[in-house]
Amino acid sequence: MAERERRLTPPFGGVFVARKRVMGPDDVDRAVWRMAHEIIERNRGLEDVAIVGLQTGGVPLAHRLGEAMHQIDGVNVPVGSLDVAFYRDDIGLRPVLPEAVTDIAFDVGGRVVVLVDDVLFTGRTIRAALDALTDHGRARSVQLAVMVDRGHRELPIRPDYVGKNLPTRRDEVVNVADDGVELGEMMK
Amino acid sequence: MAESVLLAGGTVVDVDGERRIDVRIDPVSGRVVEAGADLDVVGSEVHDVSGAYVLPGLVDVHVHMRQPGREEAETVETGARCAALGGYTAVVAMPNTTPAIDCAAVVREVLELGRTAPCDVHSSGAVTIDRAGETLAPMAEMAALGVRLFTDDGAGVQDPGLMRRAMEYAADLGVTLAQHCEVDALAAGGHMHEGEWSSRLGIPGQPAEAEEMMVARDLMLARLTGARIHIQHVSTATSVAMVRAAKAEGLPVTAEATTHHFTLTHAECASYSPLFKVAPPLRTDADVEAIRAGLADGTIDAVATDHAPHTQESKELPFEQAPPGMLGLETALALAIGHLDLPMVDVVRRMSLAPAAIAGVADVHGRPVAAGEFANLCVLDPGATWTVDPTVTASRSRNTPYGGWTLQGKVIHTVLHGEMVVRGGEALR
Amino acid sequence: MTSLLTAEQLSLGEVEDLFGLADSFLEVSSRRMPKVPALRGKTVVSLFFEDSTRTRLSFETAAKRLSADVMTFPVAASSVNKGESVRDTIETIEAMGIDAIVVRHRYAGVPHQIAGWTSASVINAGDGAHEHPTQALLDAFTLRQHFGSVEGLRVAIVGDIRHSRVARSNVALLASLGAEVTLVAPGTLLPPTVAGWPTTTTSELDEVLGSVDVVYLLRMQTERMREHLVPSLREYRARYGLTAERATRMKSGAVIMHPGPMNRGVEIAGEVAELPNALVVDQVRNGVAVRMAVLFWLLGSGVGPHDGPVESDPSGAERTVDG
Repeated sequence: MAERERRLTPPFGGVFVARKRVMGPDDVDRAVWRMAHEIIERNRGLEDVAIVGLQTGGVPLAHRLGEAMHQIDGVNVPVGSLDVAFYRDDIGLRPVLPEAVTDIAFDVGGRVVVLVDDVLFTGRTIRAALDALTDHGRARSVQLAVMVDRGHRELPIRPDYVGKNLPTRRDEVVNVADDGVELGEMMK
Repeated sequence: MAESVLLAGGTVVDVDGERRIDVRIDPVSGRVVEAGADLDVVGSEVHDVSGAYVLPGLVDVHVHMRQPGREEAETVETGARCAALGGYTAVVAMPNTTPAIDCAAVVREVLELGRTAPCDVHSSGAVTIDRAGETLAPMAEMAALGVRLFTDDGAGVQDPGLMRRAMEYAADLGVTLAQHCEVDALAAGGHMHEGEWSSRLGIPGQPAEAEEMMVARDLMLARLTGARIHIQHVSTATSVAMVRAAKAEGLPVTAEATTHHFTLTHAECASYSPLFKVAPPLRTDADVEAIRAGLADGTIDAVATDHAPHTQESKELPFEQAPPGMLGLETALALAIGHLDLPMVDVVRRMSLAPAAIAGVADVHGRPVAAGEFANLCVLDPGATWTVDPTVTASRSRNTPYGGWTLQGKVIHTVLHGEMVVRGGEALR
Repeated sequence: MTSLLTAEQLSLGEVEDLFGLADSFLEVSSRRMPKVPALRGKTVVSLFFEDSTRTRLSFETAAKRLSADVMTFPVAASSVNKGESVRDTIETIEAMGIDAIVVRHRYAGVPHQIAGWTSASVINAGDGAHEHPTQALLDAFTLRQHFGSVEGLRVAIVGDIRHSRVARSNVALLASLGAEVTLVAPGTLLPPTVAGWPTTTTSELDEVLGSVDVVYLLRMQTERMREHLVPSLREYRARYGLTAERATRMKSGAVIMHPGPMNRGVEIAGEVAELPNALVVDQVRNGVAVRMAVLFWLLGSGVGPHDGPVESDPSGAERTVDG
């Protein structure tokens, strides 16, 4: 926690100042349920499906999706977490420290893995995540679920499940918390 | 042809104290021809030295010229040029050359090399053959060539019986035995002062006692034999106290301390730079204070430099492998002024008069600045500040520990036997 | 570039960063494919002027698991043995384009000297009797793993403290992390002075054996006998050896550590080294993860030692908040 606090303050980052609330707690809840339904529908059930949240923002979301699926289908979908720090393409260019330890307690090989993140932006984190996941095994297929797609992609990556499409300026910041989504900016 | 030289407007400081007088020098006779207030400028090459001190040329009883044998580090010529730039007009070359200065032949070689040098170069002689501490060197043969100081410097004479014989033998020759005090059995394997810093840095140390035991022994041998002993590079508070007590008792002892032992401490070794490796090693703050006090009250007679050139390569070895020693001739006077808090007359005593006496050259150096005396002088601008740049030196080596230090006090002229060998801070030969 | 020369140089925040990284690399090491592309394109040179196969292999394994290229400089077979100076060696290998040099030397301070001659990161893999910072990091990491925290642990470091770089690094690091360190050795094997050290000292192992959480044994070099530092190995073993009998008198839950290589039958009895509370194998395993952490921290994280200027990062905020 100290780690995270330190990294949110200069020179690592700044202080997030919210300007606009774009999703409330109920909106987030509804989006989770909708995405859970979509995942079940698209995969015709949950056999061989596993969920992997990206550290750190994607992890709570992954767990909420897992719970929702359990309630809908009665199946316990394995949920893991993945840190992509060592796979990023900006290593050495800016501070990169892992947010948390990767924890994938199941065999990835042959599964349908749904990567989960809070915000999809440039796509570079997802690219790193695809590499990282490959080191854990050969998934049958990989899908992507995000709470917010804010645009500005720099790589040919698109989400399969989206909570909300949110047009943003490049310099804006999207903050996804348990109780909603805010649009704002970083103050140095 | 050669007209006389007039040093005008300066303040003379010598054995007779401090006074505002001009000094006229005759380069032909090499003597001071006139010293007094407001001398006539006509017919002389006039050097305005107002605001500066005119001092007897400095004398260093402890210099390593490295010649013969280690000419890549220094030669008699380059070492003497460093000396001249530092205000010295006489130096005593230490015998740890290759071969060692342990017989007349090597003494002759060193003296011959020194004849054209910009500073009087005197040779010391080794006490034992090859400084090995086993067999007495032919001291009489060397004394006949003018050697007045005998030492195995770089090593102490370990065997007390041999040292006793050396002192008894030397007493009749009118020479002085000098000792590099270091008991090998305690110091061996030590590369810095043993204490807080060596413990932290993981560098094997040597205890202060390695020096002090030999100081004590030699003072006792002086009492036993009645022979004179000169303690070289005193570096510890206890050594100072022992010398003080011996002098109070009336023993015929003199002592020197180096500039680095009153300006630097073992804390410098934290950089792991071999520039701070020296023998005896840099000591504690308390030792530095004791050295300063010893120089203030005269317990320590002389400031020496222990000018010890080493090549860049050898000073880039690991600390424990690098040879000990630092340059000193060009920085000593400024450091003495800046760090000793002594009146100028005492600086002159410690750096010219007393060392001239110890070196046996007091008939020529460390003289009063007066008509008829040899004109061996240096002129110091006490207000000039300068920054030590290791690459700016007359030495072949660059191993000064003072790189980057800003010092106050710069030698502007040095006069050797009436000839200006340094003018405006530049060596003329 | 910055360097890791001593454990003493590390701030608490830096140690925390390194331990966090080591946690992640421990997970990486446990994978079927225990390798990440983090240091692709970086070159790490191991330059061991003094042989230490274990430490060198640990560093080289760490570098390889980070996908760095590894060069082993064969000191014994090289021009160093023909009188080439360390500085020339450094300048030569630097000209080949390298990012880090892992240095082991029998003399204290050589990594400091090297750091002055190169712009590559220098990692001290042990210099004389001075420091061995990655050993201390892996030891502290192992204690943190075992006990949850180093703070408040009572640690006895037993043996030849005087000549031990491991002891100096561990004293600095463990004390800064809040452990209470006691040095256990006869006067001959203690540094000339420990004034100012954050430690207590005793000459009797039995005095502290029952009260410490960690018994950290140092390797007893047999040449010390010849230097009159201890009368005999027999007497050393009798006073300071962790015998099976002594091991039974340790506090419940206490652990045994050793930096290796062990002199079984001297500082540690053979059967004691096999006890479940001997963490020697954990130390070795954690060594790779901790060295991965150090390499990544210096070469890849963009963070590195905090005292250096940290690169300003206008986009870092987006990454942090947006994932």
